[in-house]
Order: sequence, then C-alpha cells, then structure tokens
Amino acid sequence: MTTRPNASTSPVPSPLPGAGAWPRAWLPVGIALLVALLMQFGFPALTGEFVSKVGLQAGIAVILAVSLNIVNGYTGQFSIGHAGFFAIGAYAAAATSVYGSIAIWGAPGRQAGLLGTGVLGWGELLMVGGCVIGAIVAALAGYLVGLPSLRLRGDYLAIVTLGFGEIVRVLLQQSGRLPRTEEDELLRLPTAGELFPPPLGGAQGFDDGVVPYASLFWVYLLAGITCIVAFRLKQSSMGRAFLSIREDEIAARAMGVDIARYKVRAFVIAAFFAGIAGGLYAHSGSVIQPKDAGFARSFDVIIMVVLGGMGSISGAVVAALVLSALPELLRDFDAFRLIIYALLLIIMMIVRPQGLFGVREIWDFFPRRRAATPATPPAGATP
Amino acid sequence: MTNDAPLLDVAGIGITFGGLKAVQDLSLRIPRGGLHGLIGPNGAGKTTAFNLLTGVYQTQTGRITLDGRRVDGLKPHEIAQAGLSRTFQNIRLFPNLSVIDNVRVACHLRGSHSLAGTLLRSPAHLEQERRVLARSRELLAVFGLHTREHEQAKNLPYGDQRRLEILRAMGTEPKVLLLDEPAAGMNPQEKKDLAAAINRIRTEFGLTILLIEHDMGLVMDICEHITVLDYGVTIAAAPPAEIQRNPKVIEAYLGEPAGT
Repeated sequence: MTTRPNASTSPVPSPLPGAGAWPRAWLPVGIALLVALLMQFGFPALTGEFVSKVGLQAGIAVILAVSLNIVNGYTGQFSIGHAGFFAIGAYAAAATSVYGSIAIWGAPGRQAGLLGTGVLGWGELLMVGGCVIGAIVAALAGYLVGLPSLRLRGDYLAIVTLGFGEIVRVLLQQSGRLPRTEEDELLRLPTAGELFPPPLGGAQGFDDGVVPYASLFWVYLLAGITCIVAFRLKQSSMGRAFLSIREDEIAARAMGVDIARYKVRAFVIAAFFAGIAGGLYAHSGSVIQPKDAGFARSFDVIIMVVLGGMGSISGAVVAALVLSALPELLRDFDAFRLIIYALLLIIMMIVRPQGLFGVREIWDFFPRRRAATPATPPAGATP
Repeated sequence: MTNDAPLLDVAGIGITFGGLKAVQDLSLRIPRGGLHGLIGPNGAGKTTAFNLLTGVYQTQTGRITLDGRRVDGLKPHEIAQAGLSRTFQNIRLFPNLSVIDNVRVACHLRGSHSLAGTLLRSPAHLEQERRVLARSRELLAVFGLHTREHEQAKNLPYGDQRRLEILRAMGTEPKVLLLDEPAAGMNPQEKKDLAAAINRIRTEFGLTILLIEHDMGLVMDICEHITVLDYGVTIAAAPPAEIQRNPKVIEAYLGEPAGT
C-alpha cells in the first residue's frame, strides 16, 4: 500500500485511495505486470530451468488457492470440487487453442513466438483467449454448483461439490478421441459427427497439440490479477457480505444480505479463476487428463487454503508457493518425502489450527503507523 | 403519509409448529416514533413473534404492514430492506469481524454494489465505501465503541456486544427496530444505562422501537404500550400502568391467586 499525504488525518484502517485518485486504482495492476515481467526475465536466469518449472506450477497453484479462498475462506461454503472447475477450464482452453489454431493457421502450435524467446505471438494470445473462454465455461459450471449451496450446508454441500468434481472427471473420460487425419496422423478439425461426444481425448487425456504457451509472465500476471480481485472483494461491501455469511447466516440475512445471491456469486467468481488456472495449466507443458478433475487435486488446494488461514489472501499465496515447492525440495529424501510432507501438515495443524495467518493478512502482523481511532467522535454523537 | 396510521401494523399473525400453537392471532399497532414492549413468561412466543415479523418464519395467518407496505411473505433480507431491523436474544454478531465491519455489513443494505465497480474501484464505489465508513463510525460513537473499532467483535465484553448488536441493527437504517431482550445478563446499573441509551437513539434517530424484555422494571419505565403474551396468546395490551394491575398478567407471571 502506498503512503498518502493525508494519511495522518484519515484514520482509514485499510487504506483506500483518496478522492479523485481513481487512476491509482490501476497501480496494483501495474505492479502485477512488473512482477510478471521480473518473473519472466529474472527468475529463470537466477534459478535455472527446473526451479522455473516449479515456479510456473506454483503460480498456477496460487491462482487456484486464492480463488478457492473466496468460496471456502470468505463465504464459508466448504467446496471440495474446485478441481472440477480447474479441469473444465483446462479442457475448454486446450480445445479453444488447439482447434482454434487449426482453424486459423491450419495446424496447432505454428504460431509460437513465445514471450521470452521472441515477441508476443498470436498463438500466445489465442491461449489467453482460451483461458478466458475456459474461465467463462467454468463460471457457468460454478453457477450450477452454487445453486445447491442455497439449500445445503457444511458437510452436505461438501459432498455435492465432491460429486461435481467426480462427474466432471467421468464425463471427460467418456469424451471422444482427438480427431486425426488418415494419412499422417496429424490433428485436424472434428467433423460434425465427431462433435458428440466432444473430442477431448477421452481417458488418455488431451495429449497432443497443446503448445506450452504459458510462460512465467502470463502465470504471474494472472496470479497477480487474481490476488487483486480477491483483495478488492475483501475490502468492499460485497466482500463483507461474503464474510458475514461465513460468520452467521441468520444474522447476515437479518442485516439485509441476500445470501442466496452472494453464495452463488462466490461460486461463480471462484470458478472463473479456477478456470483461468486450468487454462494456464493446460498450456504449461503438462498433459491434461480426466483425473485433474478428481478430488486429489481439490484436496491439494484445500490444504493450501486451510494452511494459509481461511479468508487470508496472503496466507493462501504463501501456502500455495510453499506447498508447491516443498515436495520438490524434499526430493532428496525420495521415499520419505510424502511422509515428511504429511507430518509437516499435521504438526502445522496442531501448532496453528487457524492456519498460518488466521483470517488476517501478512501485513497485519507488522506494527503500522496509524491513528487507530478518530480523535473526536462525530459531532452530536457524544454520549 | 397519514400520521395517524400506525407505522408497523400487525394484524392477527400466527404460526403453528405441528400441534403447538406458538403464536396465535397477534396484533400490534405501533405509531411512528412509538416505543412498545412485548412481554410474557418464558416460552410465551415472544421471540417467535419476532421471527414472524422479520421473515425467519412465514406467518400462516393475518398480515404485516410496514409504513403502508405489506411485508409478510417477504424474505428476511427483503424485510430488512423494507425497514425492519432486529437484534437477537442470544447475541449473533459476526464474531471474527472487526467491530466496525460488523456495522459496515449492515450499511451494505443502502447502496448499490456492482462487481465491476468493486473490482475497478470506480469513483462511485470509493465514494460509497467512504460514506459507509463514516456512517459506521458515527454509529459506533453513539455508544462510545469507536475507540475499539478494530477489535474483533468476539473480544468485546458482553455488554458492549449487546450494544454493538443494536448499532449494527441501526446500520440498516431501519424504520422500526426490534430489540430482543437487550438487557439480558446486564446488572442494574447497566440496565439503567441501557434504558437511557434506548431513549436516546429513539429521539436522536427518530426510531420506532418494539422491545422484548424480561426485566419488568425496564419495560414499565420506558415503554408506552405493552403487549403481554402467554402460551402464544395475547392476554393483555395496554399502557404499563394498566398492565401492572391486570389480573390475567399477574396470574400468568405469578400463578393463580391462592384459595380460588
């Protein structure tokens, strides 16, 4: 947060830009852009290729954890089907970019021009478009999953969302094979008859044609934007409405919060960003498979949110980064690494059950120079 | 707006849970600016009546009119929107939110919230956030809670939690405020202060108040009109002085007189 000249006279607990400072609202986006550029051009040079790959996956994990935090952390609706949205986004983005590329340029992956090795290429922009389409499809799914949350609570809702993830997984398994030309087995556009079931690769996964356009730049830019969105939600009336639902639904309703609308809204927003994370993952060089929608991945994300502290954005970011890196750091211990990983989690939950930061943010732990209370109460209101 | 029409007009509402007639044929007419009491022994149906008024339960009979507008059948948040706000018998604050955020949630009701405005921090959005913050501070200052606005609500002492709940209810800018046993668990001095505070917010904010209370002294002191419930049935509705002499009320509270 930036310091303002009038900071001493305005005791705003969480700094909002002053009047007429709307352009400043874009400042965080600029910072995200800067971080993304630094990651793109600085990080690999400093750390090498392997760590960069881990960093890429860690950035995707950040998007997932921060978005799940909006449902689980803010609104208190326990969703364990986040991987379902992730997979929907991944497949939709992959299909857009592969079939789109074939339709436009006649072949997948001809328009590389990866940022970092060259200029911003058209193929890369197609990936971004794919991510947006994936996010929108995932958000629609989020709307559908949000509806039962109006009637179900706690464990029951968790089971519904778990079921959702499994449904997505099974549907993807039943999807059709990728269409190929007869003579040289290259990918081609599906004919009308092949559109059902949609040609997404079936049980093998979408294992061909997706170019790894997702560079550190795109991943960290979108991670930054996800964090900005999450933070601005939390700082607004809308975010407080989310939090009030987590705290006490009955009181929230009595205070005029339309909980039905806000619960669905939380699911839609969270699913949207999970879809973006999926789209990036599909373009990160990994083969996307139906099991990406399964609960194993959902649990990975939940662990990040719970460990970081439900509702804490910085907590989710730190947990996502650490938990993505940890299995790699422990690689030397080979067979024992999963045991060590699990033990660390157990110890963490015993020592700090509320998560790393609880509901607070990382900067709440540092003493702040602020006029904590208004010096004088507003006129006419003195007891 | 005719001034003689009651602001809150409740006509014959009631609800049955299975065979239990929790509230039957309850009628209340509270004029603008009035301070009415709803009393009765434990289990008489007072809180159920509140839940009917605020839409937690749907009334099965009768009608509720607030400022000329029918509000029965509406959802709780719509009733809050219409101008009826409440506190809860067993405090229901948002425990992990800060004191000021508790009030700010309630201020949420008056204003528009577009997702785009929120995410882009449009000037209108920022202006609204500032207004909400200022108004919340103003409200907190009413009970001197503005000095602890950053504390989590659950860390406040009991009496302050009750006060904060009243302030939060006022954050929705209600026409009618329903207070469910605001003095529960308070000592005599605190009750006295509370009575003064209720009177003050009533005049300062021009509120109309309906009060559920066990403490007879408090109710008799400040209410202009009292309705007495027993087993869900209205057994008396009159000014305090008459209520104190009403044999049915005395019977409900103390039992039948000996030797009859």
